[in-house]
Amino acid sequence: MAELLLEVGLEEIPARMIADAEAELRGKVMSLLQRERLVEELVARSYSTPRRLAVHVSGVAAAQADLQETITGPAWNIAFKDGAPTPAAHAFAKKAGVAVEALEKVATPKGEYVSAVAHRKGRAAIEVLASELAKEIGSLSWPKNMYWRAGKPERYVRPVKWLVALLDHEMIPVQFAGIHAANLTYGHRILHGAHAVTINHPGEYVSSLEAARVMVDVAARRHTIRKALDYATRTVTHARWREDEPLIETVVHLTEWPSVVLGSFEPEFLALPEEVLVTVMRDHQKYFAVEDGEGRLAPHFLTVLNTEPDREGVIRHGNERVLRARFNDARFFWNFDQKISLAERVELLKAVTFQKDLGNYFEKTERTASIARALLQAVDHDAIDADALAQSVRLAKVDLTTELVKEFTELQGIVGGLYARAAGVDEKVVAAIYWQYQPASSTDPIPPTVEGQLLGLADRIGTIVDMFALGFAPTSSKDPYALRRAANAVVSILAQSKLSLRLSSLIEIGLAEARSSEKKKLEAALSSFFHERVEFYLSDLLKLSFDVVNAVVAVEADHLEDTVARAHALAKVRGTEDFAAISAAFKRSKNILRQAIEKQQLPHPEVRPQLFTDAAEHALYSAATNLGPRVEALRRQTNYDAALEQIATLRPHVDQFFDTVMVMVEDDAVRANRLALLALIVSEFSKIADFSEIVPAGV
Amino acid sequence: MEVGAGTMSPETFLRVLGPKPVQIAYAQPSRRPADGRYGENPNRLYKHTQFQVILKPPPFDVQDVYLESLAAIGIDLREHDLKFEEDNWEWPVGGAWGVGWQVMLDGLEITQFTYFQQCGGMDLDPITGEITYGLERIAAFLQDVDSIYDIVWARDPRTGHAVTYGDMRLEEELQLSVYSFEAAEVAKLWEHLRLYEAECQALLASFQDAEKKAGKRQEHHDRLIHEDVAEGGAEIDLRRFPTLGAYELCLKCSHVFNLLDARGAISVTERVAVMARIRTLVVGVARAYAAQHKND
Repeated sequence: MAELLLEVGLEEIPARMIADAEAELRGKVMSLLQRERLVEELVARSYSTPRRLAVHVSGVAAAQADLQETITGPAWNIAFKDGAPTPAAHAFAKKAGVAVEALEKVATPKGEYVSAVAHRKGRAAIEVLASELAKEIGSLSWPKNMYWRAGKPERYVRPVKWLVALLDHEMIPVQFAGIHAANLTYGHRILHGAHAVTINHPGEYVSSLEAARVMVDVAARRHTIRKALDYATRTVTHARWREDEPLIETVVHLTEWPSVVLGSFEPEFLALPEEVLVTVMRDHQKYFAVEDGEGRLAPHFLTVLNTEPDREGVIRHGNERVLRARFNDARFFWNFDQKISLAERVELLKAVTFQKDLGNYFEKTERTASIARALLQAVDHDAIDADALAQSVRLAKVDLTTELVKEFTELQGIVGGLYARAAGVDEKVVAAIYWQYQPASSTDPIPPTVEGQLLGLADRIGTIVDMFALGFAPTSSKDPYALRRAANAVVSILAQSKLSLRLSSLIEIGLAEARSSEKKKLEAALSSFFHERVEFYLSDLLKLSFDVVNAVVAVEADHLEDTVARAHALAKVRGTEDFAAISAAFKRSKNILRQAIEKQQLPHPEVRPQLFTDAAEHALYSAATNLGPRVEALRRQTNYDAALEQIATLRPHVDQFFDTVMVMVEDDAVRANRLALLALIVSEFSKIADFSEIVPAGV
Repeated sequence: MEVGAGTMSPETFLRVLGPKPVQIAYAQPSRRPADGRYGENPNRLYKHTQFQVILKPPPFDVQDVYLESLAAIGIDLREHDLKFEEDNWEWPVGGAWGVGWQVMLDGLEITQFTYFQQCGGMDLDPITGEITYGLERIAAFLQDVDSIYDIVWARDPRTGHAVTYGDMRLEEELQLSVYSFEAAEVAKLWEHLRLYEAECQALLASFQDAEKKAGKRQEHHDRLIHEDVAEGGAEIDLRRFPTLGAYELCLKCSHVFNLLDARGAISVTERVAVMARIRTLVVGVARAYAAQHKND
């Protein structure tokens, strides 16, 4: 068994692309080895840094196993005349690589033919890899490619600088992008310099590069960085660095030999809003923020270097100067913006286009305001401050005219809230503006205040309806206005708030403001779009299984808070034996009813106990009529857990019924009555969920 | 010439077109009226200076050469932290884009490194490597000063007296900020824009005429090739065409547009429309230049 090493050396790959590319290359090499029958006991490791992707596989076969293959040739009576081989027999034997004497006769449906057992020699692994590896390297899917060589022979993420391809000690003659593979790699640009590092055997890869100041293992770099962040923070009493998983991943993929520096800034900058400071540090400088023992921002930062620790403090000094300049800029904007009042900024919105067919943000704000007024009438909530809501809507978009938002677009909304606060506006208004773009992603919370929730709903439903009216409904590949994300936020707010607002009311209110002549058509499109989003919310966000989602949505998906509660209750009992039986019985009942109706054999309008002929019918009927009011009462109290528990007690009666009673009997009256009993059960107990949608476990 | 970035200079924008190898470097003052801060902000300028290096095609070891250039201006990389971070470049008005990095030195962006892929809406072959050094930032880094205005521009060799960046440029920053934000006359700017555009359009139209005629003469020439007609007649006409003049008119348009923008005189809808007008000019010039130089 041999070991394979493949390394692709590149100019710096964008950090965001490296993890996927590493996994993809490993996958491609593995499936190549499997496809080419070069697998013995594959153990694959992969590595990456900004300048390389590498795969190291042990357990590679030295060669493909030989193959025995039976091949069929010409018809027997053409290959042999009077028992003697004809030229056709000789030609076939030669092709199969066997002697003429070894040819055999096979009987086929078309008659007798000549056959031979051909022996196909397996190719050496090195030969296969030499011809196949380049294709695998070339087929990696990069989000953005470039040309670099004249004549544009290939597109790739960045120019390829070197290739290492080794099978044990042997170099595999792979060629890609004008580069011939060898056993030479390169260490850290600066700490090791431009001279090559020889890799004699795949097993030496990690240690040889470690000596050349490159830590190729991603997990090892992540661990080193986390430890170094901890260690550097310890020099400040009670301080902690702020956890930031995405930033960790970025710096892991920006470094080959990481270390950490703790820097400081003037405490006077802490007078600026924390949001601004953190954005400058994280988004613009890739620094980690540091907080004190009480969780407040401390005047320090951490930066991850791609070199040895900064013993002289030169690098710290440089980073501090850069941060000071950035903070000075932010402070300039912060002070400058406040010279213009919020009222003036409302007017300035007339110069900011919302969308070319929909006018400017001033007009957008007016539409949002009337939607918000209509929502206020529709929601069942007594603690909404109507004036605060109106003012939140009026000021929601003014931060689009500020220099700070032009500089830090990711802070829109937040900056609006901060300026409103600085202007002494009511805190309810501040909070509504501040949180208006939440939830921006599935893990974000909804706005914490009712005014904020209503602002978020009014703004988004207005946008969605307007865009649908213009024909910008999302398609499978295009969603230029991110309407899916907006609708996801709407669903989250409806489901998680206490507004008790129905989805259909929200759509209706949005439509009332729309400029469209085809509102019916629009309503249907919006309704199906939102229902998709509700299902997405239940299945992808709440991680509910698809059958639970189908079961509750089949009943109703309009009052989303309730839909969610029913779904959670159903998910709890879904796996139980009682419910598996109940679900199966409901499915069976519905099938029987459907088939009967298809045959024009209708159930009685109501159950007549006098027509029962079997004890099981009586038992099921009396259980159902007893249980019905109790379940209904619990359902009305939205105590779905208890309601479902009650429904589960039907199981023995249902089982007994189907075990002993045949529904589709000849006697019309008895059959119609039994169908009526099934219809009663199905309708009475399908108000929480359509149990027939539940898929039995293990299927 | 006023340009918003070193990339827009004809030495970059036009020379990257066509097959002819290029290796040039020059310092390019770039003006961005909206970035003016009246000389009050220590890091933002109405006018800053970029050092442009244009390499077509880029050498195989272009990154190493770049690192050597940093060493040559006194930066010992072993004492610093250097990273190449993804940063792609796009100039929609020029129909131009490329991929590359911002080079970060101790957290400071000192260079934009770009592999040009398209220019004037045309694929480039060979492509060009562009290295743009931010001179003020690098100088502030080397001299360890917090404000650009404290950079020592020159020192009198006899007295040791320092002339600073502020001595040289503060007045200009103040006055051109006042001009850009307050004094520039909006109606006149629109008029300038219209005039520059009209002249550029006229030049492009005459180029297209000349190109058509040249095409006909070329056909004629092909038919008569055995009759020894004087060679190169068609090319000579096209070579005289003032593409560079037309391009300077584009740059004027671009700068006037930026002034209008700084004056707050362009609404968002107008912005898109005016940018599309200038794009038509720039792409037209790029096409004309490429046609002139296709046989280089």
